[in-house]
Amino acid sequence: MLDFRLYMAQRLSALIMAPFVIVHIGVMIYAIQGGLTAAEILGRTQGSIFWFLFYGMFVVAVSIHAAIGLRTILFEWGGLKGTALNVTAWGIGAILFAMGANAVWAVTA
Amino acid sequence: MKVDRAHPLWLAYILHRVSGIALALFLPLHFWVLSLALNNAAQLDSFLTLTELPMVKVAEFGLVFLLAVHMFGGLRLLAMEWLPWSAPQKTWAAAAVAGSLFISGTFFLQAI
Amino acid sequence: MAEHGSVMNVTVQRGTAETPARSETFEVPAYDNQTVLDVVSWIQQNADPTLTYRFACRVGMCGSCAMMVNGVPRWTCRTHVSKVLDGDRISIAPLRNLPVIKDLAADMDPFFDKWVAAEGRHHPTRTREEEIAPVNPQAEERQEASAGIECINCSICYSACDTVAGNPDYLGPAALQRAWTLYNDAKDANKDAILDAVSGKGGCHNCHSMGSCTTYCPNDLDPMSAIAGLKRATTRRFFGGRR
Repeated sequence: MLDFRLYMAQRLSALIMAPFVIVHIGVMIYAIQGGLTAAEILGRTQGSIFWFLFYGMFVVAVSIHAAIGLRTILFEWGGLKGTALNVTAWGIGAILFAMGANAVWAVTA
Repeated sequence: MKVDRAHPLWLAYILHRVSGIALALFLPLHFWVLSLALNNAAQLDSFLTLTELPMVKVAEFGLVFLLAVHMFGGLRLLAMEWLPWSAPQKTWAAAAVAGSLFISGTFFLQAI
Repeated sequence: MAEHGSVMNVTVQRGTAETPARSETFEVPAYDNQTVLDVVSWIQQNADPTLTYRFACRVGMCGSCAMMVNGVPRWTCRTHVSKVLDGDRISIAPLRNLPVIKDLAADMDPFFDKWVAAEGRHHPTRTREEEIAPVNPQAEERQEASAGIECINCSICYSACDTVAGNPDYLGPAALQRAWTLYNDAKDANKDAILDAVSGKGGCHNCHSMGSCTTYCPNDLDPMSAIAGLKRATTRRFFGGRR
């Protein structure tokens, strides 16, 4: 199922995300100390170009990566194929991107 | 007929796949909760107070573990595929799990 | 062989391409030294002459006797009963991931079709009129190639692979390993054709590196690493590197 282009997109999005994941986990370990509130999160992210770009790129990469990953699983384990498989995979990518972009906007606008 | 599959690299494959599925299912929920910051900060705050519950802290530890395991497992695969040296595979697989436990453990210790 | 008086319960999968698979259990006398092939032969010779199975050399060289034994693909002539007996039970079935012809004989056609489809064949650089091009046996490429050429096409790796099970287009470990040996052949003139053949829908990029192929290969080959090599070669080509 995974022809070369899907494979490269999967691997490249993974490489792009590796530093994002490390920073994200690091920030989370810092942020949860002493409890977590909306004000504390927004105080860090609101109006920040850096966090907008950071999480914006993170969302793009994860939408591609998760959609391709789930596509493989739906094919190998779910037996989905052909047009149904492609439409579902694109749909998953689109939904993740839409929800993710909305979340990024919500915390950085 | 099922193949007796419990050899280490197969377990690494299953762990990678299952962690990917779990993360993919978690993400929409995560995005939705964060988007509450836009219009419903009060609801976001009430969600965040849930993070004080011990069950939630354990769940968070689980999520961080799954994320770390998925990432380190993936980096192991990239190293095996793209780097010219032939890696001692099982050692790397074990190291990936250990590293993930360490990171998620740190998270957990900060959370409790 | 000394018989020690006890009996094993051996469950065998029966059926043809048209009939649904069914299980049949035979009571087989246990001997001190017995391979699973001995067990299958005993059943066919003493209990049910209609049982269909394959073997040839019976000494672990030809791969014809490969079957699923307790869910694991093995050469039955090289599988000692004592290693697989589960209490007093053994379960024997035809190789997984292949269509069944009858009982324990699987149809090897898809395996060989994919062998061909992976383009693991030599593309010559010279004609018979020219001198033979030397190959340096110490060269790294040659060692890579030599690591995979002992494959006897027994299909154990193909049957062990879960990706083959989930993806009918996937060429499989044996075919891809063969392609890798040709890719590393210093005399091959068309490495691009090989990389193209392994980059399609069923190509090397489907491999999830679960390593069952390498774990179960009775010849101690390593198809998983060969497939990783193909991925590396296709990636390098993508970024404009050397062939």
